[in-house]
Amino acid sequence: MMNRPGLSRGVLIVYGLYLLLPLYWLLSMSLRSNADIQGSFSLLPPTLTLANFAEIFSNPVWYEGFANSLSYVAINTLISLAVAIPAAYAFSRYRFLGDKQLFFWLLTNRMAPPAVFLLPFFQLYSAVGLFDTPLAVALAHCLFTVPLAVWILEGFFSGVPTELDEMAQIDGHSFLYFFMRVFLPINRGAIGVTLFFCFMFSWVELLLARTLSGASSKPIVVVMTRTVSASGVDWGLLAAAGVLTVLPGVLVVWFVRKDLVKGFALGRVS
Amino acid sequence: MSSFKPKNNRAWLGVLPVLLIVAFSAVIPLMTVVNYSVQDILDFNSRFFVGFEWYQQTLKDPRFVDAFLRQVVFSLTILAIEVPLGVAVAKGIPKDSRFTSLILILLALPLLIPWNVVGTIWQVFARPDIGLLGWTVNALGIPYNYTAEPLHAWLTLVAMDVWHWTSLIALLAFAGLTSIPTPFYQAAELDGASRWQVFRYVEMPRLQGVLIIGVLLRLMDSFMIYTEPFVLTGGGPGNATTMLSQHLATMAVGQFDLGPAAAFSVIYFLFILLFCWIFYTSVVRSDDE
Repeated sequence: MMNRPGLSRGVLIVYGLYLLLPLYWLLSMSLRSNADIQGSFSLLPPTLTLANFAEIFSNPVWYEGFANSLSYVAINTLISLAVAIPAAYAFSRYRFLGDKQLFFWLLTNRMAPPAVFLLPFFQLYSAVGLFDTPLAVALAHCLFTVPLAVWILEGFFSGVPTELDEMAQIDGHSFLYFFMRVFLPINRGAIGVTLFFCFMFSWVELLLARTLSGASSKPIVVVMTRTVSASGVDWGLLAAAGVLTVLPGVLVVWFVRKDLVKGFALGRVS
Repeated sequence: MSSFKPKNNRAWLGVLPVLLIVAFSAVIPLMTVVNYSVQDILDFNSRFFVGFEWYQQTLKDPRFVDAFLRQVVFSLTILAIEVPLGVAVAKGIPKDSRFTSLILILLALPLLIPWNVVGTIWQVFARPDIGLLGWTVNALGIPYNYTAEPLHAWLTLVAMDVWHWTSLIALLAFAGLTSIPTPFYQAAELDGASRWQVFRYVEMPRLQGVLIIGVLLRLMDSFMIYTEPFVLTGGGPGNATTMLSQHLATMAVGQFDLGPAAAFSVIYFLFILLFCWIFYTSVVRSDDE
């Protein structure tokens, strides 16, 4: 396969270009006016403009979309971490009745297509009066973020030697003291990575978010799919919104770079 | 999960909150789906039991069969491209240069972009009128329009998925490659192994574990793909790029065909369950080794 040295380096460079070109194009579109986009084709923006970004920050439909998304993502991340941390500790430290079955069942929820749950979700959340609230989307996203968080955290927690737990016991500390003051601070990196992944997977989801939100809690991903106006699609505006939604991930990735692979592999790679 | 752990059923207390929240977000809905799938619901006051009628209808429905076949072809195509390409890219990453971190982060970029924005990016990139790719290809004299030609829509969809997810395979493979101790390579060199033999007998065994994870994750995630094609092609032209999830979403929320949509959901879920079991057994086995 790799008979010539340098061939694999070439593959990397070509692939890198393939990866960057669409990103460059999005950024370049976001800095153009619609007249420039619809006008003659050019590789570089003829004139740079921040008008598209200004529009997003001044139009309530857009910035409320961002606020709506951030609110359900934040609620979801908090709930996911709060319930997943004790569960992941239990899975990583003890055997108990049905542990393997439960661990597997959690995985099936991470892997299940959200479309499968669409029909009952709509009725379930309407029935309990949560439809069109950020809480509804946050709870619905728990479907995959909770299993994700449990699996990732279990992978990290299993790497922490059990001697630590035993030493705390010998020192006469209560379990709660040990857990809050010793175990969690040691694993703050792992918790940060898990937070990042819950955030990401809730931030990127469209189908459930769209189904469970009506007019008053429309998330940014939904606003983006409805930018068609009388004069056609506003490509510059759409590109600017795209650039802004990419930012959170890009800003945080540096801090989780070491554990990125582990997170994507559900904590199964060291 | 290693097997050397004390048995303690009080650990259930730690798991309980997860159980409650997932019961609300998964068990109740899933039971509702199963319930719907065996009933004919005219309105919520008049419903009657129909047994497996919806299942038979769904399995015979040509639109379901078509969407399923498209889904299988799509998933196999992207796996056949992403896995070898990912490994090749991973082999090109320098192991300990000062650029290593930078390259890894660059590779991770597509993984961090909201899925609908991935669709938007490719829409803007591939359109014949305003897109860099679409305009260039047309300027080279090759007619290309993914909104009108099914084949072009497919190629664009595959190109988009390769762009979006090959990095995952590459990052996993890189993690596998860096776990190989240098003496292994030195020993292979002493034995006069060719580059192919080094790849086959030194690198491949180490890559196997991470690649199983990568392949199964990609298989399952590509099987539930919805957002990217929804934004890029809307499932069109016609139904040419309508995958399973989109077909189901149309049935469930667009047309409110409760019974057939529920039967569809159950069949879909059972498929995923099968993949999941394969994933679980292979991952847990490699953990225990």
